[in-house]
Amino acid sequence: MLGPITLGHYLSLGGILFALSVIGIFLNRRNLIVLLMAIELMLLAVNLNFVAFSHYLGDMDGQVFVFFILTVAAAESAIGLAILVVLFRNRASINVEELDELKG
Amino acid sequence: MDTTTALFYVFSAVLLAASFRVITARSTVHAALFLVLAFFSAACIWMLLRAEFLAIALVLVYVGAVMVLFLFVVMMLDINSDGFREGFWKHLPVAGAVGAVIALEMALVLMRGFHLTQAPVPTAKAVEMGNTRLLGIEIYTNYLYPLQIAAVLLLVAIVAAIALTLRARKDSRRIDPSEQVRARKADRVRIVKMPPASEPPAPGGQGGGGA
Repeated sequence: MLGPITLGHYLSLGGILFALSVIGIFLNRRNLIVLLMAIELMLLAVNLNFVAFSHYLGDMDGQVFVFFILTVAAAESAIGLAILVVLFRNRASINVEELDELKG
Repeated sequence: MDTTTALFYVFSAVLLAASFRVITARSTVHAALFLVLAFFSAACIWMLLRAEFLAIALVLVYVGAVMVLFLFVVMMLDINSDGFREGFWKHLPVAGAVGAVIALEMALVLMRGFHLTQAPVPTAKAVEMGNTRLLGIEIYTNYLYPLQIAAVLLLVAIVAAIALTLRARKDSRRIDPSEQVRARKADRVRIVKMPPASEPPAPGGQGGGGA
């Protein structure tokens, strides 16, 4: 069971992490900040897979891709939090259930 | 079981426990702090994978900047967290089932298909240069153009975040200097020609009617 660490171990870890963050999105449907955190966790799981493949296949391109994903994730969280602050100023709440202005 | 294997299991356990606490923590501040722990363990796992530069960048960028931003926002907003846990237990069975299916499917595919136990032995040149330098060469030669686009993306993010949250103060008495410079005499002083007010009173009573 506890043999040498294979690529599959790292990929499974990434899969479990991704599944955990999906569960987190289901459970914390009301809290917008925790939703953003769950998205960050998903990106982390994806990055873990990229780094693992890059290591086991001996190819640097995977790590370059992680670099760009980190850039996009930082931009995403900055803009997301800015939107959150504006939202809180206007509605005094970040409860997702109360944000139903655009009734679809 | 050698040291790397043991370290992998320790870091993975910490990472999974921390991310479990992120999604179940009652307080948002606790969730943010556990997310810091999760990122830190992930950085340790990346160290095991010999991605030193990315591990350090993860700690610097995420733990140092993004998570501080999260904590800052969480503490700045006075969030009433009463209704947030509503429906937590109701959604738990569905969420657990979906998550378990996702994890099982991925594990079934991954554990069978990927049995690479050994990374290819790095060349002597790669060992000499190190991970950071190799990554730098790769980024600044083959990926130069995407790097520029990433830089523009960050600039757009800065401008968007500032433009979204900027608001003019209502009680500010700032005066635009260019407006001051452009002021003319006619804007400040108005000369009004008025006829002399010493008119003889009109006969017949109704004195102040004219003018």
